[in-house]
Amino acid sequence: MKAHALSRRDFLCSTSFVAVGLATGGSMILAPDYAWALSTTAVDSHTAQTLLVMARQLFPHDRLGDQYYATVVEAVDKQATSDAALRKLLTDGVARLDGARGIAWVQLSNGARNAVLKTEEAGEFFSTVRTATINNLYTNPLVYRFFGFEGSSVEHGGYIDRGFDDIGWLPNA
Amino acid sequence: MAKTFDLNDDSVVVVVGSGAGGGTLSNELVQRGINVVCLEAGPRLGLTDIINDNGAMFNRLSWLDKRIGTGDLNATLPLWVCKTVGGTTVHWAGASLRFQEHEFRARTVYGNMPGANLLDWPITLQELEPFYARAEDKLGVTGTSEIPRLPGNNNFKVMAAGAKRVGYKQVHTGNMAINSQPRDGRPACHQIGFCMSGCAIGAKWSTLYTEIPEAESTGRFEIRPDSMVVKINHDNSGKVTGVMYADKAGALQEQKARVVCVAGNSVETPRLLLNSQSSKFPNGLANSSGQVGRNYMRHMTGTVYAIMPGRVNFDRGTQMAGIIKDESRHDPSRGFAGGYEMETLPGFGLAGVASNTVAGAWGLEYAKVIEMYDHFAGMWLVGEDLPQAGNGVALHPTEKDKHGMPVPVVHFKDHANDVAMRNHAYKAGTAVYESLGATRVFELPPFPSTHNMGTCRQSEKAQDGVCNKYGQTHDVANLFISDGSQFTTGGAENPTLTIVALAIRQADYLADQLSKNQM
Ligand SMILES: Cc1cc2nc3c(=O)[nH]c(=O)nc-3n(C[C@H](O)[C@H](O)[C@H](O)COP(=O)(O)OP(=O)(O)OC[C@H]3O[C@@H](n4cnc5c(N)ncnc54)[C@H](O)[C@@H]3O)c2cc1C
Ligand code: SF4
Repeated sequence: MKAHALSRRDFLCSTSFVAVGLATGGSMILAPDYAWALSTTAVDSHTAQTLLVMARQLFPHDRLGDQYYATVVEAVDKQATSDAALRKLLTDGVARLDGARGIAWVQLSNGARNAVLKTEEAGEFFSTVRTATINNLYTNPLVYRFFGFEGSSVEHGGYIDRGFDDIGWLPNA
Repeated sequence: MAKTFDLNDDSVVVVVGSGAGGGTLSNELVQRGINVVCLEAGPRLGLTDIINDNGAMFNRLSWLDKRIGTGDLNATLPLWVCKTVGGTTVHWAGASLRFQEHEFRARTVYGNMPGANLLDWPITLQELEPFYARAEDKLGVTGTSEIPRLPGNNNFKVMAAGAKRVGYKQVHTGNMAINSQPRDGRPACHQIGFCMSGCAIGAKWSTLYTEIPEAESTGRFEIRPDSMVVKINHDNSGKVTGVMYADKAGALQEQKARVVCVAGNSVETPRLLLNSQSSKFPNGLANSSGQVGRNYMRHMTGTVYAIMPGRVNFDRGTQMAGIIKDESRHDPSRGFAGGYEMETLPGFGLAGVASNTVAGAWGLEYAKVIEMYDHFAGMWLVGEDLPQAGNGVALHPTEKDKHGMPVPVVHFKDHANDVAMRNHAYKAGTAVYESLGATRVFELPPFPSTHNMGTCRQSEKAQDGVCNKYGQTHDVANLFISDGSQFTTGGAENPTLTIVALAIRQADYLADQLSKNQM
C-alpha cells in the first residue's frame, strides 16, 4: 500500500505539475487538477518544482496534499527576492541535485532521490530547505491540527474544561 | 502614580534589569520607602500582547542581540532568556523549588572534585529559610502554606503512572508560581498551555504584572524600558556614581545613583561589569578576585520524549505540570555528585517536535514519528552542574553591538560529573516511559540555556568570589549583584525562587544600610 502511495506521488511530483516560466524570471506552478497554484518571483520554475518535491521528500506525509509543501517554496522564494545569496544557494543546490545522476533529480526514483539528498545532508542548502520546511509546513494550522497539535487555546478558555486530564488508557497501578 | 526621576537625581537606587531579580528587588526597595529607577533594555508589553504562538512570542520576547556560544553551547543562541519588561519571568514555567541544605555546602559535602571550582555558599539554608517563605508567599507557590497544588494534566498523569511503576515515591504536581485559585488579583490557571510563551491571563507570576505595577503604585518607582545600560560609572574613591545607558533612540544618557544593583541575568551582568573597566579597575568593576564572568553554570539538562501506546496531547495544560523528586538527593553511589529533578515538558508545537526530537533528522521514518505527535509524553531533566573556572563570559576583542558594547562570548563545557548525571537521568526518564509500554523513546540534548548562574558569585572571602552573602560586591560597597549571577553553586532546583529570596534579603540589608547612611 505504501509503495503504491509513493509511486503515485513520484508520478504526481515529477511529471504532472504544470510549470510555467515567467518572463520576469519567476514561475507559476499549477496543480494537476488546477486546484491550487504556486507562483515564485526569485527562483525559476524548475527550481521551484524541485524545492517542492524536496520539501515532501524531507517530511513525507501521505495525508498532505502538495499545496502544503508549496507554502514552503513560496516562503523561501519570498525571502530570496531580497536575499541574493539565498537565491544562489537554492539555485546552485538544485543544480547539484540534478548533476548527481545526470538526469533531473525530480525524475529519479524515490530511493535515488533519497540517496542524492543524503550526500547534501551536511551542507547549507540542505539545512536551509529542511529548516524552512519545518518552519512553514508544521506551523500551518491546517497541518498541525491534522497531526494532533491543537494550537492556540486561550480563545477557547484553555483546556480546563476541554480535556487537559482526559487520558483514558493508563493502568491503575 | 508612576513617577519619573531626573537624570541628575543621585538619591535614587538604580536597578539594572526588571526580571526575577531586578523586578523583585525594585518593588521590595520602594515598599521600604526608597526611590528606585529600574532600567530595562527591552520594551514594555501588556497581557494583550501575549498570544498562543510559540514562534511569535519567542521572537517578541527573547534576547536576540548577538551572543557567541562556544564549547557545548549553541553557537548563535547560547541562552534562551528574555529582553522585555519582566525579563525571563515572562517566559518562565513557574517551577519554584527551595535548594536543599547540603547544596549550600557543595565543596564540603562533595569534596574536592578535580576540574571543578567548588565553593560553599557564605549563607546556609537556615539563614535563607525565612526569605524562601516570603518568596513563596509573594509568588503564591502551590503546595506551600495553605495554597493547593494544581490539578495534573495528561502529561503529568503519564509521568506519575510510570514513576509509580518504577518505584519513585516523591511525585506530585510540583511547587508552581501559578495560581491554583484566584490570588493577588490574578485568576486561577485555565490550563491553557503555552506558559513558556507568556501566560495570557496572568495566572503565572511574572514581575511584568505583579512587582512592577505594584512598585509604580507607591509613587517612588520609575521603570524605564528600552534602556540598555552599557557602563557603570565610579568616582576617585571607587564608589559607583551612576550608569550610562542607551535610550530608545540610541542616545547615551547618564543616570546618577547612590547605589547600583545589577540584575541583567548571568551573561549581561558580568558583561556590564567587565565593560566598566577603568584605570582604577583595569580588569573590570568589582573584579579584584578575577572571578567576574567565571564559574558560569547552566544546570545539567536533557529531555526525554516518548511515544506512548495511547493519546496524551501533552500540550494541553500547564507545561511544567509535575515533578519526580526522588533523584534530587546527593548519593555518590550513582556515580556522580549532586542530584537532578524530573519535570514534565511538552512539545512546543509540531515544529518544535520536528526540530528537536532528533536533530537534523528527515525522511519517511521521521515523518511517521512526527505524525505520532498526540501520543508523545515528555519530561525535562534538570540537575546540579559544577562550577568550572574556564566556563564563563568574556568580551569579544573586536566585535561590538549597536551601542558599541563588546559582544559577549559565552563558553561552557560539561564537567565529567555533568555527563555522568545526564546519562543516569536519561536512563531514569526512559525507564519511566518504558514501564508503560512506550514504543519509542528519544533522548534530547540540552536546549539553549534557560538557567544561568554563577558568573559573579557570592563568597565568604573576597579572593574567591565577587560579592558577599548579601550580593554586595567585595570591592565596591554601593554596587550589588541581584540576580542568579551571585549563585555560588547551582543546586538541582530551578533557580528563580532562590533569586527572589535573595532579592528580598538584599532589599532588607540595603534598606538597613541606607537608613544607617552606610552607603
Ligand atoms: C522557557 C523558560 C522556562 C523557565 N522556567 C523556569 C522555571 O520553571 N523555574 C525557574 O526557577 N526558572 C525558570 N526559568 C529561568 C528563569 O526565567 C530565570 O532564572 C530568571 O528569570 C532569572 O532572573 P534574572 O533576574 O536573573 O534575569 P531575567 O529574568 O532574565 O531578567 C534580566 C533582565 O535584565 C535585562 N537586562 C539585561 N542586561 C541589561 C542591561 N545592560 N541594561 C538594561 N537591562 C538589561 C534583560 O532585558 C532582562 O529583562 C525559565 C527560563 C526560560 C527561558
Ligand atoms: S497553563 Fe495556566 S499558567 Fe500556563 S499559561 Fe495557561 S493559564 Fe497560564
